[in-house]
Amino acid sequence: MGNTHNKMIRNKHAFRGVNCALLTFMAIFLANFFMPVTLLAQKVVTKALRSDSLNKVNQLKEVQISRVKITRRQTSSTPLQILSGAELERLNSLSVADAVRFFSGVQLKDYGGIGGLKTINVRSMGTNHTAVFYDGVQLGNAQNGQVDLGKFSLDNIEEIELYNGQKSTIFQSAKGFASGSSLYLNAKQPVFEKGQSDHLTATLKSGSFGLINPSVRWQKKVNDKVYSSISAEYKNANGRYKFHDTNGTYDTTLVRKNGDIETMRLEGGLYGKLADSSVWSAKLYFYNDEQGLPGAIVNNVYDFSQRLWNRNFFVQGNYKKEAGRYNLMASVKYANDYSKYLDPNIVKDDGLTNNIYKQQEFYATLSNRYKISPLWDVVLSADYQRNTLDANLYRFPYPTRQTVLVALATEIHLNRLNIQANLLGTLVNDEVEQYYSAGNKRELTPTVMASWQPFGSKEFRLRAFYKHIFRMPTFNDLYYTFIGSTFLKPEYTKQYDVGFTYIKLFENKWLSQISIQSDAYYNKVKDKIVAVPGANLFRWSMQNLGLVEIKGLDVNAQSVWKIADGLNANLGLTYTYQQALNVTNVTLNYRNQIPYTPVHSGSIIGGLDWRNLGLNYSYIYTGERYDQSANIAANYVQPWYTHDITFHYRKSIGDKNIKFSAEVNNLLDQNYAVITNFPMPGRSYRFTLSYSY
Amino acid sequence: MLTACRKDINPVKEEIEAIIPDPSSAIKGFYLVNEGNMNMNKASLDYLDIHAGVYRKNVYGTANPEVVKGLGDVGNDISVYGSKLYVVVNVSNKVEVLDVKTGKKIKQIDVLNCRYITFNKGKAYVSAYLGEVGDPKAPQGVVVCIDTTTLNEVKRVEVGRQPEEMAIVGEKLYVANSGGYSPPNYERTVSVIDLNTFQVVKNIDVAINLHRLKADQYGDLYVTSRGDYYDTPSKLFVIDTKTETVKKTFDIGVSNLAIDNDLAYFYSTEFSYLTGNNTISYGILNVKDEVLTNQKFITDGTDKNIMIPYGIAVNPISKDVYVTDAKDYVSPGRLYCFDKNTGKRKWSVETGDIPAHIAFVYK
Repeated sequence: MGNTHNKMIRNKHAFRGVNCALLTFMAIFLANFFMPVTLLAQKVVTKALRSDSLNKVNQLKEVQISRVKITRRQTSSTPLQILSGAELERLNSLSVADAVRFFSGVQLKDYGGIGGLKTINVRSMGTNHTAVFYDGVQLGNAQNGQVDLGKFSLDNIEEIELYNGQKSTIFQSAKGFASGSSLYLNAKQPVFEKGQSDHLTATLKSGSFGLINPSVRWQKKVNDKVYSSISAEYKNANGRYKFHDTNGTYDTTLVRKNGDIETMRLEGGLYGKLADSSVWSAKLYFYNDEQGLPGAIVNNVYDFSQRLWNRNFFVQGNYKKEAGRYNLMASVKYANDYSKYLDPNIVKDDGLTNNIYKQQEFYATLSNRYKISPLWDVVLSADYQRNTLDANLYRFPYPTRQTVLVALATEIHLNRLNIQANLLGTLVNDEVEQYYSAGNKRELTPTVMASWQPFGSKEFRLRAFYKHIFRMPTFNDLYYTFIGSTFLKPEYTKQYDVGFTYIKLFENKWLSQISIQSDAYYNKVKDKIVAVPGANLFRWSMQNLGLVEIKGLDVNAQSVWKIADGLNANLGLTYTYQQALNVTNVTLNYRNQIPYTPVHSGSIIGGLDWRNLGLNYSYIYTGERYDQSANIAANYVQPWYTHDITFHYRKSIGDKNIKFSAEVNNLLDQNYAVITNFPMPGRSYRFTLSYSY
Repeated sequence: MLTACRKDINPVKEEIEAIIPDPSSAIKGFYLVNEGNMNMNKASLDYLDIHAGVYRKNVYGTANPEVVKGLGDVGNDISVYGSKLYVVVNVSNKVEVLDVKTGKKIKQIDVLNCRYITFNKGKAYVSAYLGEVGDPKAPQGVVVCIDTTTLNEVKRVEVGRQPEEMAIVGEKLYVANSGGYSPPNYERTVSVIDLNTFQVVKNIDVAINLHRLKADQYGDLYVTSRGDYYDTPSKLFVIDTKTETVKKTFDIGVSNLAIDNDLAYFYSTEFSYLTGNNTISYGILNVKDEVLTNQKFITDGTDKNIMIPYGIAVNPISKDVYVTDAKDYVSPGRLYCFDKNTGKRKWSVETGDIPAHIAFVYK
């Protein structure tokens, strides 16, 4: 009886969720519809001038799109979402994490504030199933398999791409085939027009949380064959913000403390072209930060003393030859990461808890493509990776992991049909200096995908993919003192996806372009690695216990409006439906929605450009969800939705550009938390001043 | 419209479940504190009314909706003394004092990283993992003495590192030190505090990583060692308080125990490195003869349904045995009542998260 009651309550909530999301969407849509009119009514006369090379590039791109009509978004066999160039700039986000929230099928796990951990969970498979690539090479973290997207500034990023399954190309590294989903961060590359020899961009951001964030980027044409780029950034914030907490009876305002952060980033790149038109690049990345760690806000605990230091360094080189029948691509990378965690609340016999972790990674990849015929390609890719982790922990085994990945892939590209298939072999060997190692693992996993244009018109395409992949247990899963278990198997996922893309252009209409993509999917996560309690709270252990079944629907619609001469608008909308059920144990929370996974979520981005003024509006909705496995009232978490608004102003004098923007985030000052007891900021402001030539 | 999408927030409601009433019981009922998983702020208090046969979930939230963030994070111990109920909330660094009849909050006494509580002659004694935080030279734990009339701290004394359970025999307080923050340099002593001088007068060497400490009616202490979770197994030791030495060792890993007259009811959860799983067992010790008996307090197979036994208590009058199941630590748990004679389940109810500690309420 209790069950039926619960179910009824849940269904009622679900209805409310949809209703509410829809109403809001409609409101926003209408608001966007009427806004142009009001703006038109205002008589603002400003000289419209633009020359910034980046904008020209984007303009060119847009022109190409309207002529060719079809972009990668349409032809990709796996769902692809892109935020790039002007669109990304308009969002005015601080970090990659802020931007990925606008993708469908994505939940951003956000512990709040500028320094709070932000990781991406795609289609409820878990953070560790998304690989993050920076300029084509994966950002690794063998220790916990998570990449903190809040640590990646958007300052030097040109484009963010999210692929479900994998990138829709077979000519890629074996790593490219090796994850449940892939997020690609592509750095800004220098582009020079005739007569230009360098570009400089200097930006200063400031605002709430005591934020001071200057950055500078200098791109130089060394010669006709070699371009260079240097980017540096500094960020400092006290991270303080007010938040409310209430249970309906008490209502209190508190200040988030110990959220200070200071970061430094230095990045350099060289980009070259060789005589045979092959290209190469070299990249260096250095990042350093120190931050306070604001903990869970629980009764009687509102301030914290834990601190964290991070230092990340990597250097990588890429080479690519695409001319002719035989193509070659190669990359190498070395990464060195250091982190230190200080906890003054845990005083040991030799002083405060002070854990130091050192990771090293060496990676090399080689991909070969042979074009058997104009319609048929084959690829053989092989990667080698070596990871080590040192930690000053009791009974730490000092693991070294060697991974060999070999992918054999083929692609048939007919006029209206594209089929790709690959088989990925993974060999993993762990060795430890002491205690027990997880030993060897071998896996063979396939992917098949297709994109089909059923009609003569290129506007509509169908697509489908199947992918079987796994994630290896991380060093923490296996070797963390007391908790790690070397018995662990990999965690497997199976993904089935079918969807369509549609694009339509209109001549001489207000609405000049509309594109829609939608996918339905079914995922299964088997042998999910979960922490299971032992004899007491000190002795948890990691086990392959979880079984999760996920059914979902992603919708992503984009539209471009040409309302009047010089007045352009765009409106994008995403919606995600997800049923992610825990089917592990019939006697425990069986078929309950897994924690922190809303059934309904979505986002809206609307932009309006008139001469040198711009307005951007964004909205995010995350429906009700539960913070623990049992879907009961005590674990219920309210929906949250935030409205962000940005105003832009641009001015060009000769070849020099000045840009100013002002943002209001969480305009309605909603109290919310993505993770229970880690409150998010209320209304906040940010101002950006940028100069470039 | 944009704000109407969220439901009005209300304090989590009390939930009621009926069991078999026993109107003639000399014990009115008991409070049970659910620890709640760390960082979730889900410590909660349940009350079993034996007379009416009603189990009430979340009585703290109902009686005290105005307390910011409620009972707090990780309830670690509970006890009734006089007309007051004391709840030790570990991560919230406080001892919550409630009216035992109404469950209404009277006061909170802040004690950093507090663990367990015991009483003697109008004083409450609270063990705490650290005397202070942030001082690298201060790894020692403390026992804090609180006056139960003024509800203020009177004095404190340094003991070993990360002290756990305590018991009072005669004029002395015995506290088990764990040293759990500094493996493999665990503590291995029980500190003896003279309650007249409130000074540590002796440290009894027992074994590493001590946790439970219960006194029987013969002046003996039953102390558990958690071992190191690797090579050194957990064990049970008997200390004679007259000689203040270990007089007997049981090679069984006892996770928790409850002593009633001559019997100690215990369960044991041992992790195996061969299977990667836990082995759970239940048993009864005779504390008079200091022998392991072959009696069972669960005979109907219910033990197979208990995922992780986490709390145990014996009704001092009816002798029924209560066992709690913490399940996966992040789900509502379950409380089972077993009949003293048959070992059969009398009833079971759903609790809060990680049901753990029980305090009886007398007439």
